[in-house]
Amino acid sequence: MTLIQAVFALFAILTLGAGLLTVLSRHLFHAVLYLILSLLGVAGLFVLLEAEFLAGVQVLIYIGAISILIIFAVMLTRGMARNPGPPLNNQSLAAAVIAGLFFVLLAPVIAGFPWPQTTRGVPADAIEALGRSLVDPNQFALPFELASVMILAALIGAIFIAREKR
Amino acid sequence: MAQIYDFIYNLFPYLGMWLRGLLQSWGFPEWAIGLTIGLIKAFLLANFGLIGFAILTYVERKIVARFQDRLGPNVAGPYGVLQPVADGIKLLTKEDTMPAGADRWVYNLAPLIIATCALAPLVVIPFGPGAIGADLNIGVLYALAVGAGALVGVLMAGWGSNNKYALLGAFRAVAQLISYEIPSVLSVVIVVMVAGTMSTVGIVLAQDVPYLFVLPLAALVFLMSGVAEVGRTPFDLLEAESEIVAGFHIEYSGMKFALVFLGEFVHALVVSALFAVLFLGGWRGPWLPPYLWTLIKMSLGIFLFFWLRATLPRIRIDQMLNLNWKFLTPLMILNLIGVALVDKGLRAAGATSGLWAMGMFAFNMAMLIGALALPGYLGHRARMAAMALASEEEGEALEAAAAH
Repeated sequence: MTLIQAVFALFAILTLGAGLLTVLSRHLFHAVLYLILSLLGVAGLFVLLEAEFLAGVQVLIYIGAISILIIFAVMLTRGMARNPGPPLNNQSLAAAVIAGLFFVLLAPVIAGFPWPQTTRGVPADAIEALGRSLVDPNQFALPFELASVMILAALIGAIFIAREKR
Repeated sequence: MAQIYDFIYNLFPYLGMWLRGLLQSWGFPEWAIGLTIGLIKAFLLANFGLIGFAILTYVERKIVARFQDRLGPNVAGPYGVLQPVADGIKLLTKEDTMPAGADRWVYNLAPLIIATCALAPLVVIPFGPGAIGADLNIGVLYALAVGAGALVGVLMAGWGSNNKYALLGAFRAVAQLISYEIPSVLSVVIVVMVAGTMSTVGIVLAQDVPYLFVLPLAALVFLMSGVAEVGRTPFDLLEAESEIVAGFHIEYSGMKFALVFLGEFVHALVVSALFAVLFLGGWRGPWLPPYLWTLIKMSLGIFLFFWLRATLPRIRIDQMLNLNWKFLTPLMILNLIGVALVDKGLRAAGATSGLWAMGMFAFNMAMLIGALALPGYLGHRARMAAMALASEEEGEALEAAAAH
């Protein structure tokens, strides 16, 4: 096992283990903290793949913004932060069956996917290429603009809901 | 003589070359050399943060004392220079308390996360050509992203302490830090756009004219939101003593308190270092060696923080939020668009770099004056209308009283 493989195993265990603890922990606040750990593991995997930009954005957006919002939601919901409830409820059996079925659906796709096997390195100007591809009409300009329109719609919706009623 | 000057000027690259040669002569393989040098760099940078923290506590007390016509610490050692040592020993010997009902792991981990996230951005601060922890090509993004991790630490400290003041302080802190991250990131985006790179070294190399004179508006907003993100006066309402005692770190004592405090001071250090890198031209300057220029420019930012602290009163939370969401954020979005257009226009018109810098400066100053004049005019009009309304009501009340 090379060093890279060992580091990969470490991050994979971190991601999956923290993800499992997110689901299993009795306390919602702890669940969010484990979620943050799991997202950190994903950022580590991005670094390992030399996708530094994605790693930076992962930390900035998922840990710096989205997790904080989740924590706020947990803390501001009455009684959520103080009373740990049981992690399972009476729908656990149905959830297990559906999750199992979903896995059966996904497994052949993952097993049958032609994963690229090349050891080609990441080009030095990867960030520049990423930036250009996001504004190039032949590449990703349309999805990029669609995403921004969607975020704008969400923003306007949020302002509309939170607006003081006159 | 020239050789000695050259050695002092390029101290860090020479030290690095010497170390690499030494390790090679000891027969280290390539990966071990990289690992050793990386560890030494990490050790040096972490200690730069720690020693900077110790010096800053002393300097802050001295400077604020001068502003208030006092002497400041003057007992431990000549001019009180041993005060940080005395403080350190005192903090080490304090009892390590933990509040009843605190969440053990969360409470104990929070200071570590705060201190780590504050120290980590030092990696991408260039102290000179070849003297940088790691020249990441996402340098600025890394600094912002790692800095955002401290939010988690603050929330953990506030929640884990099982104390309502701590929780309120954490809410305030996170609301303030998240809000002011937006104008701060936008001003960094403007710099990245003009420099054409996210690497801190690349940004320094791109500044033939320091960006303070090319993008004065972005520089001003970065500094303001930097003060807010560090949580210093006038934005210190997240630890306002008269309202919430000490904010999120109220329950910490001894070395854990020192770690939280270290996080705050190192964050101030990092913000002024980033300001030096982004707007003051980093290590570039005449005669003096690059690392000295970096330190001098960092001290400028730090001194400004202390100056503000000694001068300004604390602002209210609604003023803090209004300033950010209704003024700084829209202003920076407009400035981003405007700078993009002016930059492209000047370059398309084939302006020389001097003309380009002057054009950008003129545009930014015009925008700054407009941005300050417009709210001033609107506020004046609103006040006049309110006064007219008030005097009208007063008159009606008088008439009603006369009628009775």
